[in-house]
Amino acid sequence: MKTIEEIHKIAKQTRKELELRVNTKADTREKHILVCHGTGCTSSKSPLILETFNKIIKEKKLKNVRVIMTGCFGICSKGPIVIIRPEDTFYSMVTPEDCEEIINTHIIGGKRVERLLCKDIKGNMVDRLDDLAFYKKQKRIALKNCGVINPENIDEYLAFDGYKALEKVLTKMSQDEVIDEISKSGLRGRGGAGFPTGKKWLFVKQEEGKQKYVVCNADEGDPGAFMDRSILEGDPHSVIESMAIAGYAVGANKGYIYVRAEYPIAVHRLEVAINQARKYGLLGKKILGTTFNFDVEIRLGAGAFVCGEETALLESIEGKRGQPRLKPPYPAHSGLWGCPTLINNVETYANVTRIILNGSKWYSSIGTETSKGTKVFALGGDVNNVGLVEVPMGTTLREIVFDIGGGIPNGRNFKAAQTGGPSGGCIPEEHLDTPIDYESLAQIDSMMGSGGLIVMDDSKCMVNIAKFYLEFTVSESCGKCTPCRIGTKRMLEILQKICSGNGEEKDLVKLNELANGIKKASVCGLGQTAPNPVLSTMKYFADEYKEHVVDKSCRAKECKELAKIVIDETKCKGCDLCKKVCPVSAISGEVGKVHKIDQNKCIKCRSCMQKCPFKAIG
Amino acid sequence: MKEKLVTLSIDGQKVQVKEGTTILEAAKKAGIDIPTLCFLKDINENGDCRMCVVEVEGRRGLATSCIQKVEEGMVVHTNTPDVVSARRMVLDLTLSNHHRDCLTCIRSGNCELQALAIKYNVQEVKYDGEKAKKEIDDKSPSIVRDFKKCILCRRCVSTCKKVQDIGAIDCAQRGFESCISTVGNISLNDSNCVFCGQCIESCPTGALHEKDDTEKLREKLYDKDIVKIVQTAPAVRVGLGEEFETPIGENVQGKMVTALKRLGFDKVFDTNTGADFTIMEEANEFVDRFTKKGKMPMITSCCPAWVRFAEKNFPKQLSHLSTCKSPHQMFGAIIKSYYAKKMKIDPSKIFVVSVMPCIAKKYEITRPEMEADGIRDVDLVITTRELARMIKQDALDFNNLEESGFDDPMGEATGAGAIFGTTGGVMEAALRTAADILEGTDISEIKYEQVRGEKGIKEAKLELAGKKINIAVVSGLGNARKVMNQIKDKKCKYDFIEIMACPGGCVMGGGQPIKSSKIRREQDVRKNRADSLYSIDEKSVIRKSHQNPVLIKIYQEFFEKPASEKAHKYLHTSYNKQNKYDI
Amino acid sequence: MPNCVDKKIIKETDEILSKFTNSKDNLIIILEEVQKKYGYIPQVAQVEISEYLNIPVAEIYGVVTFYSRFTTKPKGKYNVSVCLGTACFVKGSKEILERAKQKLGIDEGETSKDGKFSLDSTRCVGACGLAPVFTVNNEVYGKATVKKLDEVIDEYMKKD
Repeated sequence: MKTIEEIHKIAKQTRKELELRVNTKADTREKHILVCHGTGCTSSKSPLILETFNKIIKEKKLKNVRVIMTGCFGICSKGPIVIIRPEDTFYSMVTPEDCEEIINTHIIGGKRVERLLCKDIKGNMVDRLDDLAFYKKQKRIALKNCGVINPENIDEYLAFDGYKALEKVLTKMSQDEVIDEISKSGLRGRGGAGFPTGKKWLFVKQEEGKQKYVVCNADEGDPGAFMDRSILEGDPHSVIESMAIAGYAVGANKGYIYVRAEYPIAVHRLEVAINQARKYGLLGKKILGTTFNFDVEIRLGAGAFVCGEETALLESIEGKRGQPRLKPPYPAHSGLWGCPTLINNVETYANVTRIILNGSKWYSSIGTETSKGTKVFALGGDVNNVGLVEVPMGTTLREIVFDIGGGIPNGRNFKAAQTGGPSGGCIPEEHLDTPIDYESLAQIDSMMGSGGLIVMDDSKCMVNIAKFYLEFTVSESCGKCTPCRIGTKRMLEILQKICSGNGEEKDLVKLNELANGIKKASVCGLGQTAPNPVLSTMKYFADEYKEHVVDKSCRAKECKELAKIVIDETKCKGCDLCKKVCPVSAISGEVGKVHKIDQNKCIKCRSCMQKCPFKAIG
Repeated sequence: MKEKLVTLSIDGQKVQVKEGTTILEAAKKAGIDIPTLCFLKDINENGDCRMCVVEVEGRRGLATSCIQKVEEGMVVHTNTPDVVSARRMVLDLTLSNHHRDCLTCIRSGNCELQALAIKYNVQEVKYDGEKAKKEIDDKSPSIVRDFKKCILCRRCVSTCKKVQDIGAIDCAQRGFESCISTVGNISLNDSNCVFCGQCIESCPTGALHEKDDTEKLREKLYDKDIVKIVQTAPAVRVGLGEEFETPIGENVQGKMVTALKRLGFDKVFDTNTGADFTIMEEANEFVDRFTKKGKMPMITSCCPAWVRFAEKNFPKQLSHLSTCKSPHQMFGAIIKSYYAKKMKIDPSKIFVVSVMPCIAKKYEITRPEMEADGIRDVDLVITTRELARMIKQDALDFNNLEESGFDDPMGEATGAGAIFGTTGGVMEAALRTAADILEGTDISEIKYEQVRGEKGIKEAKLELAGKKINIAVVSGLGNARKVMNQIKDKKCKYDFIEIMACPGGCVMGGGQPIKSSKIRREQDVRKNRADSLYSIDEKSVIRKSHQNPVLIKIYQEFFEKPASEKAHKYLHTSYNKQNKYDI
Repeated sequence: MPNCVDKKIIKETDEILSKFTNSKDNLIIILEEVQKKYGYIPQVAQVEISEYLNIPVAEIYGVVTFYSRFTTKPKGKYNVSVCLGTACFVKGSKEILERAKQKLGIDEGETSKDGKFSLDSTRCVGACGLAPVFTVNNEVYGKATVKKLDEVIDEYMKKD
């Protein structure tokens, strides 16, 4: 247990030591080597890099050098990432073998290791992280501490205003004032649907009943989304602190963080953070000497996407199958064990401390009319800079994909951007200039979702993509209600039929009917949004569906049975190799002359494509 | 306190209902029958199937009328194009994953899914695709699960778990693979299932049904070398008529006896007489335990589902169970011993069939203890439903059959035997006899109102011969577990407990005619059937088991007295611990 | 009667149970522990948990089969898991999965006869920056190709 004064002292002291983390001109002889320990970099052996650095430093008995693990820097495709502070030199794709050189040349020699510097799209060397175009249009609020502090050290969190918001709330604000501040900030739920956060808090506060709960939804299940994971890994205390603030505001003394067991690093860091917070008296009884009690427990998700749905999540915390409950009653009224329960997602919480400290006015000045603040996206797929980006609401998709993401690799063209995961839609080129907020995305048949943003180039078949999402929904449907349990399966079967070349035009009608019916009749958000990927692709890429059904062809050649394999007459040299390799003798042509594939015989095994030395077959 | 009323509009009609009413109930008041499928009032209220959806103005998506409550000023539409198409889609999807072998289905004609398909004029199956593949489980002597017909309504799961507190089955897997399953999908036979059959009663389709023994019986009925004797349980006569469209609970005893004779039985006896024997033995056993301070409380043992439940869940408390066999087992034993001897028939040539409201009885006759001298007490059990099926197959015009009486010399039974079929009946019958034994007189006050009615646990304090007796009448295994836990924790204050596995007793047994969810919520099936039994009792001349002349005669000629050595040989049994699961 | 293997499992399950109160919401955490210990959740363990938490065993089975992290069959010593998250899918992870099936001679959700390998697919391990990825036990392999998969599996095949 620490008193407020002791905590202030730690914060002040540590802040001084960490000046070099945020100030390139810091007056110090120290060097900090920051090694990214996000899941991406950890998978590429960043812990070994950290270990190697430490070993070398010990061997060489270097002073004034510290090696620090941090959360995700965002640009995962360049990992493992190492940054040297205070000069903020950014080394990408570092291997353990590179450590010696970095120490010798940079730390001891004072010169940059040029070969490890990152190059931007144009091939220019980038010296500092902030110089990357990737970061230029970003604004880091939720991710503020990610990549700056050691997430397993509470002192470092305290150094950057950690637990100050909680202190402010407990010592200077009433419950209503806190809720009012959150309401005025315009913060909306970052889990997908965008419900006004302040309103939610108010509902729970207004409920009578002694026992109330605060829950953090960290069951990030969208395939291709890792925003919440990065926040938990990079800045776990911000979530814990915000939950305590929420607990104070709504009158709850117990919190649960429901996190996927597939995120072992996030779970570990949360455990460390909770223990540290308890030790400092920032969780537990009589927090900061006030009468407020609050504690947090972790509950592990055991692998069910539907548990991201708030009522399914509650069922799961209670130890049951994660099957959604019917709403109403809403969790604010009857949640965990029937008690009023506040549920927000990780990113939502991550904004709370900043709003309390900087004021609702500051926060609401960022973003659009209806959507305030920033949004974190996990940018992935066919885009040059894969990683985590945080942009103000209202940034256009084009800015994200082309300016931040650096455009489409391999000289291909943009085809669609998918937001909202299995609940969202595929946005075509014509809508790339839409400023992103909750309403505008819904207008173009997608949704904000939790923040997955997958870019697809023109080699992707949109029918196949729709099928992919349906496969996901079918395997993740809880099976409770008929429309979702059987309906999504039937939709998938129709898509499979279309993709295998057996589709008929009436299948498209059925698909559309089912999609609209399932949206209306399903119990929970999963079923109600499951048809979105199909509906949006049917709307924006109707031609492709038509081609699959009528012409029996797939322009992207992803649907094997529909991919017409042809020989490019201009490239064929008549080497005859393809004819020899064809298992069904579908290829004819004399040696030295252009060959031809008999489409009636071809089984699309692609053997000829692989064999052709001139890349004439495709 | 005055109940608050809520006014709302349903399809343009103003309706005023009590606060807390569901939209479904309110619509009923407005004369609108919203279709349901998974809904089973008070038991399964999950809103899973989506058949009952309606539109509520100002609400996103469709509302679930079976669960969601009315609100002041609510505007509900039950027949908009959106609603109708959603319901139709739900029905089409359900049918697409169903095996649709209606022609050969045991529930054809009494299937809630079939009824909806007819109502919505389904003429083609709109969607096709993969169907759930599951093996049929017919290992047990009582029950068959056929998951090809399961529509995942989970009515069975809720009944098993919430009403009976067994939880033998639950929903397993997820998504399209979801299925109702035991642990590891083992057979119900090897699970903690006790064969109460309440799941069958709640199943809207043919996914759960009794093990049908009508074919087996048919074969025997044509066998000229054997004497075919049938006995019918009290509850059968007040259920059977329902299969032929008579009002619920109507007593069709006379027609039933005629039908059985026409089916080819040589003799038709009344299990009520067997019940009189059970009372004689049981009342004496109770008086004996009570006065000699034997193992108390004593618990009745005529319900085989309850016995299996006790053996699986309370092996250390089995000595509380009365050692009496159930009425039809006793009666079977008497037929094959006393009656066979008297009529000079080789007992091995007698084929005793029991018509029971129960599927656990099918299991009970397979218990190794249920025999004497190597002769099985009862050879076959069919349920009320199976009897109806046979009558229909034989094209008997049931409602126009003449009435006839049970055969001598076992025909006469008392009113006490009749009320065995309802919860509290065994207790009441036993008390009539026990009171006379203890008081040593013929007491004229014989109605024990405290043990009648629908409550799951009924208790009463009585004074007999100056002694205070605490009794309890328990129906439904969920309630049984509560009482048994009291015994286990030595906190039980009762002396004598009646336990029946099925809520309401045998009239609501797992072999009785199946009532749709709609009938169950709109009519009191239990009360109708039970009242019918009480009225048989009212009309009986003899209403105490020990005064039954047939019984007195058989004791004189054969058993000598209750609890005699011979009585023990034929009329009593024993219990053993059973593994909860055979895995 | 339980055989000796079952007896051992019962004893060990009881040890796990003794760490938890018999509150029903502990079910999933307990199952996590059992899964971790055996690589699957044996039926006898489910019965033990059922008795301890007073939850019908069919309900526990329902929970076990609902969550994809729990299995009722033993997983292989090396569990190969191919990510089918969107980022990985777009980058061709289906091909990796097909190759893994071929290479290991087992289907998704199966375990090889010698118990050495099992194969499944997963939805996003959160290493989208390295897509496509696959994992072997806790080891993540990023920027995967068919060739890389072959090499990695060959390595494990050489191990015990």
